[in-house]
Amino acid sequence: MLNGRAGEANRIAGVWWLMFAMATVVYVVVAAFIVVAVVRGRKKKGGDDAASAAGGTGPKDDTFIWFGGIIVPVLILGVLAVVTVNTTEVLRKPQQDELRVQVTGKRWWWDIHYPADNVTTADEIHIPVDRPVDIEITSDNVIHSFWVPQLAGKVDAIPGQVNHLRLKATDPGTYRGECAEYCGIEHAHMSFTVIADTPVEFDRWMTRRRGSAGLTPTSDEMDQGQLVFTREACAGCHTVKGTQATGTVGPDLSDFGSRRSIASLTVANTPANLSRWIADPESIKPGNLMPPTALSDADRAAVVAYLEGLK
Amino acid sequence: MAIVEAPPVGESEVGELWEDAPGLPGFFSTVDHKRIGMRYIYTCFFFFFVAGLMALGMRAQLATPNAKVLGPELYNELFTMHGVTMIFLFNTPVLAGFGNYLIPLQIGTRDMAFPRLNAFSYWVFLLGGIFMYSSFLFGMPDGGWFGYVPLVSKTFSPGLNIDFWGLGIVFTGLSTTVGSINFIVTIFKLRAPGMSLNRMPIFVWSMLVFSFMAIFAVPAVTLATGLNELDRLFGTAFFVPALGGSVLLYQHLFWFWGHPEVYILFVPATGMISQIVPTFSGRPLAGYLWVAGSLVTVGFISFGVWVHHMFATGMPAVAMAFFSGVSLIITLPSGVQFFAWIATMWKGRVRLTTPMLFAIGFLLIFLLGGITGVMVAVLPFDWQVTDSYFVVAHFHYVLNGAVVFPIFGAIYYWMPKMTGRMLSEKLGKLSFWVMFVGFNITFFPMHILGFLGMPRRIYTYDNGLGWGGLNAMVSIGSAIFGLGTAITLFNWVWSRRKGEVVGDDPWDADSLEWSTTSPPPHYNFAAIPLVASRHPLWDQRPLPFAESGDEPDTSGLGIQGAVDRETPVTSGIDTRPEGNLEIPHETYLPFVLALGIAVLFVGLLIQAIVVGVAGVALAMMATLWWAWRTEEDLPPPEIEPEAPVGSAAGEVTTTTAGPGEVTE
Amino acid sequence: MTAPTATVTPGVTRPATRRSYPTAWWGMAVVIMTEAMIFAILLASYLFLRAASKQWPLGDIELPTLKFAVPFSFVLWGSSLPIFWAEASIRNGHVGRLKAGLAISFVMGLSFFFFTLYDFNELHFGWRTNAYGSIYYTIVGLHALHVFLGLGINVVVQIKAWMGRYDRGRYASAEVFFLYWHFVDVVWLAVFPILFLSPHIR
Repeated sequence: MLNGRAGEANRIAGVWWLMFAMATVVYVVVAAFIVVAVVRGRKKKGGDDAASAAGGTGPKDDTFIWFGGIIVPVLILGVLAVVTVNTTEVLRKPQQDELRVQVTGKRWWWDIHYPADNVTTADEIHIPVDRPVDIEITSDNVIHSFWVPQLAGKVDAIPGQVNHLRLKATDPGTYRGECAEYCGIEHAHMSFTVIADTPVEFDRWMTRRRGSAGLTPTSDEMDQGQLVFTREACAGCHTVKGTQATGTVGPDLSDFGSRRSIASLTVANTPANLSRWIADPESIKPGNLMPPTALSDADRAAVVAYLEGLK
Repeated sequence: MAIVEAPPVGESEVGELWEDAPGLPGFFSTVDHKRIGMRYIYTCFFFFFVAGLMALGMRAQLATPNAKVLGPELYNELFTMHGVTMIFLFNTPVLAGFGNYLIPLQIGTRDMAFPRLNAFSYWVFLLGGIFMYSSFLFGMPDGGWFGYVPLVSKTFSPGLNIDFWGLGIVFTGLSTTVGSINFIVTIFKLRAPGMSLNRMPIFVWSMLVFSFMAIFAVPAVTLATGLNELDRLFGTAFFVPALGGSVLLYQHLFWFWGHPEVYILFVPATGMISQIVPTFSGRPLAGYLWVAGSLVTVGFISFGVWVHHMFATGMPAVAMAFFSGVSLIITLPSGVQFFAWIATMWKGRVRLTTPMLFAIGFLLIFLLGGITGVMVAVLPFDWQVTDSYFVVAHFHYVLNGAVVFPIFGAIYYWMPKMTGRMLSEKLGKLSFWVMFVGFNITFFPMHILGFLGMPRRIYTYDNGLGWGGLNAMVSIGSAIFGLGTAITLFNWVWSRRKGEVVGDDPWDADSLEWSTTSPPPHYNFAAIPLVASRHPLWDQRPLPFAESGDEPDTSGLGIQGAVDRETPVTSGIDTRPEGNLEIPHETYLPFVLALGIAVLFVGLLIQAIVVGVAGVALAMMATLWWAWRTEEDLPPPEIEPEAPVGSAAGEVTTTTAGPGEVTE
Repeated sequence: MTAPTATVTPGVTRPATRRSYPTAWWGMAVVIMTEAMIFAILLASYLFLRAASKQWPLGDIELPTLKFAVPFSFVLWGSSLPIFWAEASIRNGHVGRLKAGLAISFVMGLSFFFFTLYDFNELHFGWRTNAYGSIYYTIVGLHALHVFLGLGINVVVQIKAWMGRYDRGRYASAEVFFLYWHFVDVVWLAVFPILFLSPHIR
């Protein structure tokens, strides 16, 4: 979170370094006080008893408390209060020309929707750099929390409520995100990726997603795969744009072949992993909600080829 | 030395009057605050070590990336039960246990104000703990110790395990509430003559704040989990968004208790430190009024910071800024206490005994935990670190370092009083150093893991995220820390038999518990001490003890009170004697009542009306029997005391030596 | 070492000059604090839910009717008066008046309790209908449960009075009950305006 690639993360990193400097000084000074107090007291030779020790040398008790406990802390807290207000004021403010992205926390993956272009995907969020983005975060099940440490702080995904995270990425790149609110058995495998593209690349990506390119099977095996996919249970839960598969329980798979991972960054998106995932999801992400799909080896290979071809 | 005036009966005979029946009957019927206090401490430490083993299990799983030591279900159960156990079955009740044992001794009385209620709150705690842990047989709760809805709603967690958690919290909350009521009345009404509020030991102050905070905060968590149980068991709609309910309401209720709870745990821990530091600095606590005032202030402010646990829930910025500000301000009273301790040591002569080492370790750890606490109060920074390992590090520095370390210090400090034997100092110091080193190896790297983006409560993590090395270090540290605690466990077991036998006041401490024998007799004080100083054992040598007066109001002060099994009641502010409180004899009533409530909860759990009704019936019977006997336990009818001020009964009567000194 | 001095502030063992309440009474006072907190939090939850929804009561639930609620509220509040009288009486040792005061208060409390049952019976929504139903029934029901318990304790105190267990200076359990009953009445001073009156104000 300290190597920020967006306004919010950078501001917060700045706050951190300021606090870190102050904290180091405070810790060293106060710890020195503790050590000196212990050592000093031990050096005193016997002879004087409790009563005289009470009136011993050094500043008055109240002086310690006034300076250490009241005056210095008030100054430090005053600085922090100003920093808090200043930083909070500029962050997460609505801007002109925002790209709206609707993110819905699922168990245990993320549904991504671009309302202006009516494009739906999962677990990978493409955004353009240098353009303000308004991420509308919600959930239709339990509470999740949306966190991309290199871009911004957290925003919870809460059922019955839409929260906004407004940010602007400064550098193109791939940033890992996590679900940060405990959401059940596979909370650990609910990661996602934010891909900040240059505006040109982003437009190219969006144009392709908006159209039907990449959705048509280009080989016999893919053809067979599409047939199996729409015939078998797959279509009950998943959508592939332009086919009869319109399920909404699981992630939209229309651009599956272009994704980097399967099951929210659990394993890399390779044909072998996908084949295993279809046959026995439990072995990859125990407790996830996708049932195993019993297919013949040939059918499974066809489905794998079909899905991997959706780019 | 000798007793100036011979007591009417021999001490051993007085002891017999107070003795519990031997064996099991006495075990289930005792109302002696010391036995109950020890029981609390033993039970809590049992849970402490269980929770510690759970933590070690989690650390084994997290030591390497993609480990398969525990599955996700078990991991989630363990971190849930670890949190539940540490908060509800160790930290809160163990402090109540120390309070139980020490408060009557520190304020100079013979028992708690409601000895039977005291036994009741222990039984409720024990049965509540057993209730929660019996989920072990059916699958343990796995919704997190905080159990956010809707994750723990019937829809998303249909199993019985969540009900064990929800009902268990309501159940143990009852114990905390009843215990706190008892502490408050005991502290206000049973203090020895002369112990005005500004002469109370700081630990008593801290338990008073603990109790007031508990009675105002616990209802919130009872309602949070209780309303969720209504949703789960009876189909209500408090937290169902589709029916107009609100999931955020749950979070508000939970944290309205949750944040004060942090201070409920922390305040008595600092109270212990404020006893230990002056004793081993050989001088009175610097800024007594500052410290007492800080405790009270913390108690108030802590009710205004709960929203800082909810900064990521999308609330209006103005509201969050307010709570951010209050969260900054709450550090001030802690700063005051901190420098009061430093000033105490600065001008004292520090003896580095084991309790003092734990106190100094506490200071160094709490300093860091306090600083990171200030950081997470800063709203934008909290957005980044909340629910990350940074926060895990922060609250373990506070709840483990700044609460468990004082508790260990307190064990070493008060064990001689509780058992009459010292713990081995050698083992104690070893235990401290191993714990201190292990603690920092465990929890310091977690700050960095948070910065590296590691979220809380994940059961595994992928290779190549750069988290592996630090996690391995954390796991090694946790094993070292566990070893350190085990050394103290061994030390206790060993010293129980072989420890050096000590006198009344082995540490040269100042408060009243050290004026009686170690361990104290059943009746604590044959005659009640007369207090004229904040540090009676330092300033009043020899400590004067009261004689029984002829008036009913003062008859309980002297040895006659011990003979009659009563303890004096004094006016709340200026501690004038105003009557006597009969100490009830042993009784099974508290156990039966707690059992009835346990049966009711089991009935709710398994949705069996018959069982629930049976529980209510049992509890009602016990309550009626209890209420019926109230007057029998009160002193005989008294005449309105209209004695002229300063009458004969008001003469200062003292014996120069307490019964504890007879043997010298 | 400083010279040992055994100093005691003169008169520390001088008895208090006023008769004070028994410890059990103080215990009840603290119980009431925590109970009051339960009601306060429930009422705050009610207002929270109300603030979070566009329409209140939720759905097509009718506004609370005041026809019986107002008079019976006054009956409940009024039931504290005979308790004050009973308390003053037993202080002076008049057990007979204690019994009478308890009985009058009992009848008033019981009629309020029946009103609550009647009210529940007349409502066109249930506990499970929606969040409004849940919080309404919970608050009114919890209060009714307190009334019911109070009536039970009233009977116990009445029986103890008949069995001659009270006299001047010996009536701790009665005193505890008096305090509790006043609390039950005071809670309604908060519940009634918020649950019954405030929905009428838009």
